[in-house]
Amino acid sequence: MSTGQGRQPRGRRARSLLVMAIAMLVAACAGPGAEPATTAQEASSTTVTTTAATTVGSESSTTVAVVDGPGCGTDEVVLNAYFETGFELPGALAEEFTAQFPNVTWDIKQDQFTNLMNATPRLLSGDNPPDLIRLPSMVDLARDGLLKNMDSYASELGWDEWPPAQLSQNRVAEDGTRGSGTLYAMGLNSSLTGVFYNKELASQIGMTEPPRTLAEFDGYLAAAKAEGLQPIMQWNATASGGGLAFPLQHLMAAYGPTEPINEWIFQKPGATIDTETNLQAAEHLQGWIEAGYFPPDANAIEYTDANARFRAGEGVFIFNGDWENATYDGEMSDNVGFFVFPPLEEGGNLAAMSAPLTLGVAANAPNADCAAFFFNWVATNAEARQINVDLGGSNPGGPADLPIPPAGASVTNETLAAGAEVAQSNGQMDFIANATGAIFAEGWTPRLQEMIGGRLDAAGLLQEVQATYENQLQD
Amino acid sequence: MGQTGAPMNRSSGAAAPPSRLERRTLRSWRVRRQRFRGWLFVLPALLMYGVFVLQPLFLTIQYSFYSWDGITAATWVGFSNYARVFTDADLLGTIFNSFRLLVFFSLLPVGLGLVTASLMHRVAADRFGSIARSVIFLPQVIPLVAAGIIWRWLLSLPGLVNQVLDWFGLGGIARAWLGDFDTALPAVGMIGVWVLLGFCTVLLQTGMAKINPELYEAARLDGAGWWAELRAVTIPGIRYELGVCLTVTAIAALAAFDIVYVSTGGGPGRATSVPGIKIYIEAFLQRRVGLASALAVVLMCLVLAVILPIQRLSRETSE
Repeated sequence: MSTGQGRQPRGRRARSLLVMAIAMLVAACAGPGAEPATTAQEASSTTVTTTAATTVGSESSTTVAVVDGPGCGTDEVVLNAYFETGFELPGALAEEFTAQFPNVTWDIKQDQFTNLMNATPRLLSGDNPPDLIRLPSMVDLARDGLLKNMDSYASELGWDEWPPAQLSQNRVAEDGTRGSGTLYAMGLNSSLTGVFYNKELASQIGMTEPPRTLAEFDGYLAAAKAEGLQPIMQWNATASGGGLAFPLQHLMAAYGPTEPINEWIFQKPGATIDTETNLQAAEHLQGWIEAGYFPPDANAIEYTDANARFRAGEGVFIFNGDWENATYDGEMSDNVGFFVFPPLEEGGNLAAMSAPLTLGVAANAPNADCAAFFFNWVATNAEARQINVDLGGSNPGGPADLPIPPAGASVTNETLAAGAEVAQSNGQMDFIANATGAIFAEGWTPRLQEMIGGRLDAAGLLQEVQATYENQLQD
Repeated sequence: MGQTGAPMNRSSGAAAPPSRLERRTLRSWRVRRQRFRGWLFVLPALLMYGVFVLQPLFLTIQYSFYSWDGITAATWVGFSNYARVFTDADLLGTIFNSFRLLVFFSLLPVGLGLVTASLMHRVAADRFGSIARSVIFLPQVIPLVAAGIIWRWLLSLPGLVNQVLDWFGLGGIARAWLGDFDTALPAVGMIGVWVLLGFCTVLLQTGMAKINPELYEAARLDGAGWWAELRAVTIPGIRYELGVCLTVTAIAALAAFDIVYVSTGGGPGRATSVPGIKIYIEAFLQRRVGLASALAVVLMCLVLAVILPIQRLSRETSE
């Protein structure tokens, strides 16, 4: 009997397993991280002459634009897009775009904003780079070379001639500060924040017209409290992020100028949030907290809960943005109003957070030209602008000479008017929660929760957040 | 056990019996072929284990020595990530919180499970017993994320828990349990009790079922009550199961993520922030993969430090 065949020395299999394991380890042992994505091959330019002829309704606003520049060509194009869950606008614009340019179809993925924030770097550097993606803060992404430089599109498509404020928030300079430099993203529109109010409850406390000064607003808050109403409905739970950042930033802009706030958000060297006027603002907020103007369970209220409760009549005021116009209109119909946060003194400068609904293009996106053409179309096409106002509730932006489409019977009329006022006093700010990728989760949210829980005072809030900010910018 | 000679080769009914040497080589060949087959069967599992458990483990340890944003080239930083874990008050605070959770996720479910199981074992062995078992086990079947969402509603200010308190005239203590600095961690802990109690009860009751009834009989003849019985007969008889319960729940407490993330997200402030949440924030929001990995490695060592003594205790005493 030959038993020698097929036998292996005892240790050999074990050894081969070991070799496998070692091979795996060795493969992993090179330092993590590839070289920066410099190999982003320029997408084959599909520069064609596109004739975009669009007739809108019965109006004679037929725009025949012969654009010599980036376009979507005539071949089949599938735009690979990542949008934010809960926002109808991008999807509706995509649908209309396909209706006008049938060769373009969409592969749309949707996710929550926080999930997108986590996934964006990997999506941009992955094998299937998105043509369009909703962007959170973009400085890191631009520095890592993950985003398409849009400067050439801006000059070819004439975006350079639009009001500069529209694009400045999407520019990143060489030193990594935002606000100027290379264009890395585009906004689908420009949102606006302020104070929504329940008209019925407001008249109950004697508010017949929006307050013109902060003191007047304080008076209404006190009146609401005395009336047994919930003065302000606001979310502050961790899952949605600290909603108290909205009133805080509005107070900051009432007490002081907006430039230092923007500089802090844009990470200008030496910028600090811990300034004298910001301290006054934070102390004012602390006064509101101590007066019981916010719900006692604010730290457990999520964004959607707060809005549902406000729509159901709990809360005279809520700090929010025009992206909620459509839902407020729906349930409250004529009962909802909006005003820009009042200045310290009557006639003072008006300010608001006004951030573009920002989308970016991956550095090596296959259809970057088509994506750029889409941005241009959103801002200039009459039908797209109407969708923007109807669904987004916001100013569609674009060239200064294009009219803003009518909004119908909606609180949108008030937010659009407010937007014009804010623009006039040059009071647009980005959101303090967008200063760094994690300043909201690690700075504002926990500290504002501590503040409303009575565990941190106004000075502590600003010191702690500034410390977190500096720590985050270190590496 | 009947010892029937030495049936080295039972099937060898052949004419010429193989020599002693041949028999031995034949046997070892068979054993080895069997062993080879065995390896073949476990190979897919081993491969999975290697790719999805060992490789991430080694990669995590490797990353913990780098400063890396997850995209660009990493730089070697030695032990500085670990130094930061042990000096940053926020990071240390999360570890402290996870030990507070240990009370709720581990001690309470095991303690209550022990009482419930022994009561059910003693009084309700019939159909009622199996229904009660199913009801208690049910939370184990519900996905943790769903459980977290349900409890978030129940524990909110307008939620059912506060309504029930109000019916009993206890409206004065009603609050947003998950949003209050003093109650958030205990509230998350109670969700853990709810989830883990069923697992402990069922496991412990299974252990009790295999204890020789004669022991109980003897104890009762000696006049032992429920408590004396539990202490002298039941607990010694289910030491091994107790060890498993403590191990599983301790891991659930120290490595907690899903329940906490869904119910409070670590808030308010840092009241319920645990290492799992912090690792997630550091890795995906701050993009400090190295620091997150270092915290993960520390967490792993911590889990081992807690469960190895439990393992040892239950093994020693069960021998």
